[in-house]
Amino acid sequence: MSAQELSPQDTVRTPLMTLDGVSQVFSTKAGPIRAVDNIDLSINPGEVLCLVGESGSGKTTAARMAAGLARPTSGQVAFDGTDIWSLKRNDFTAFRRSVQYVHQDPYASLNPTRTILQTITAPLFKHGLVKSKKAAAERAVELLTKVDLTPAENYLSKYPHQLSGGQRQRVAVARALTLDPKLIIADESTSMLDVSIRISVLAMLGRLRDDLGVGFLFITHDLAIAKYFGWRGKTAVMYLGRIVEFGPTPKIINAPTHPYTRALIDAIPEPDPDLTKTKGRESLRSLEIPSLAHLPSGCSFHPRCPQFEDGLCDGAIPELVTIRSGQSAACHVVARDGVPGVGDGGRPDEPGA
Amino acid sequence: MGDTTMLPVPAVGTTGVSRFAGILSSLRRSPAGFIGFVIVTLMVLITAIVPFFLPEVAPNVKEILLPAGTPGHLLGTDNEGKDVLIQLIGGGRTVIFVGFFAAAISTAIAIVLGSLAAYLGGWVDSVVVTLADVFLTVPQIVLLAVLGAFFKLDSPFLLALLVGGLSWPVLTRAVRAQVFSLKEREFVEAARLLDLGTVRVVFVEILPNMASFILMNFMIGVTNAIYQLVGLYLLGLAPLTGSNWGIMLNRAWIAGAIFNDASLAWILSPICAIVLLLLGLVMMTRSLEEILNPRLRDR
Repeated sequence: MSAQELSPQDTVRTPLMTLDGVSQVFSTKAGPIRAVDNIDLSINPGEVLCLVGESGSGKTTAARMAAGLARPTSGQVAFDGTDIWSLKRNDFTAFRRSVQYVHQDPYASLNPTRTILQTITAPLFKHGLVKSKKAAAERAVELLTKVDLTPAENYLSKYPHQLSGGQRQRVAVARALTLDPKLIIADESTSMLDVSIRISVLAMLGRLRDDLGVGFLFITHDLAIAKYFGWRGKTAVMYLGRIVEFGPTPKIINAPTHPYTRALIDAIPEPDPDLTKTKGRESLRSLEIPSLAHLPSGCSFHPRCPQFEDGLCDGAIPELVTIRSGQSAACHVVARDGVPGVGDGGRPDEPGA
Repeated sequence: MGDTTMLPVPAVGTTGVSRFAGILSSLRRSPAGFIGFVIVTLMVLITAIVPFFLPEVAPNVKEILLPAGTPGHLLGTDNEGKDVLIQLIGGGRTVIFVGFFAAAISTAIAIVLGSLAAYLGGWVDSVVVTLADVFLTVPQIVLLAVLGAFFKLDSPFLLALLVGGLSWPVLTRAVRAQVFSLKEREFVEAARLLDLGTVRVVFVEILPNMASFILMNFMIGVTNAIYQLVGLYLLGLAPLTGSNWGIMLNRAWIAGAIFNDASLAWILSPICAIVLLLLGLVMMTRSLEEILNPRLRDR
């Protein structure tokens, strides 16, 4: 069962983008690295999908495949229902225009030799969206105002090195908006910013989401940011290249089912030190993250999982199954017993494979 | 010079005037670079314009091998009685022209081949690298010598084409290496995501980031081309028609000028002119970084 089939309301609308059984395997000297292993995701128009996971969980690789920057080794990335790698040149251009990417590092994603005006107007000219230099400058002012860089005229002639990190990231967002995308892939776009600036950039992105109806694939390692930005959307939790839990963001944050998600939520420090001390009910069996080149057998979380059962968890790879309405997890134990410590955990639909 | 750096410099070349002013002030910031710039400009202007106002030098048997400082012949005369100073001023044109033209040819070839090879990869890369390797193994001065024996290399154009067409491989490989690293940068990926097109991504997004590297290599290319040209003349492998610094050197050498105190200025003056020009070029490169890097430009 794949994640996009789980919510009944999703099947009514055509998803904007679907990742269907997508894998990315890098071959190295140490053997094949399964950076992303058979993941299913779908994003509806105007929807926010947060992809959460620690370093090396395959979030960025998944995002790059969604953006058409990397070709999956197996599986299908579809946009508006069509496999993007079977598109003809013109259709691929249309796809490129519809899906834009905001990089993590605003110090690397802007060309140091180009002014902000040049950076923003280049795609406008290239795709014939403006006829004259004057119209291009006006459009650039409009876009910069949209990302809260005001007065925009002051920024046009600046070079990236004259701006702060937050300002650069806003320029990067404005550039992503030049072609009126339907989906913006934000790859840790706020993680390099100061905390105070991060909130205002997130608020600006939230306004774009609400006002322009742009869909977001929002990648972050920080559950708090997923909570802030994707509250009305969905969240997928990734661990070592696989999706371990998927569901509406409030459920993932408030009632996580997979042991890994629960450990992540538990790890968030509380302002009250006494609370933090008593909070860690479930402690991990190991703090070591296994290497992607030598994934543990069965559930790749089993060497660390507090609910590990010998013979069950290290056998087959668990599939993503519905635990409760709209929320699914890939865990043998939770699929069989429900969520520990939660009375109305809901009956699992089917046992794990 | 110090005061001008404090003046607010227009940040961007929105108009031609402010960009020119920006370049001038950048030039002045590095004293060595500015001196180099002045030397090169003066030498180019003098060798290009002054010869039109100078009398023709004619052989004069009464005035052969006069020492430097002789009234009317500041740098003395050669073994045909021709004035050395006039020959010196008139003899720079070919050398400078061939140097710049040959470097322009080799740099242009290197930029196009090197950046496309790195950016496109695959068979384009293989072909370019193989071609560069083949050209690298050709001993240039020997090839020029052989060609000089078969063809009449008396046109500066032809010489520049030959020198430039042979000296692109080293810079091509350097450009290729730089583009390999630059093309992985995120702003290049962003440009690709915006579908700006290969030509634009390579020549507008990537290349300006290595402009100072390319210009410095261009300057090195000029000095190398001049050395090769002068070397050809000194060895007598190019036709000794007309007059330039290389021919002066060759004739002074053949005439044994180094053994004669009185003709010291004859053999030394073209050497000094070449050394001064090359020194000016090398010093000038110091300022180029500041002109081409926006980060340094408006500080």
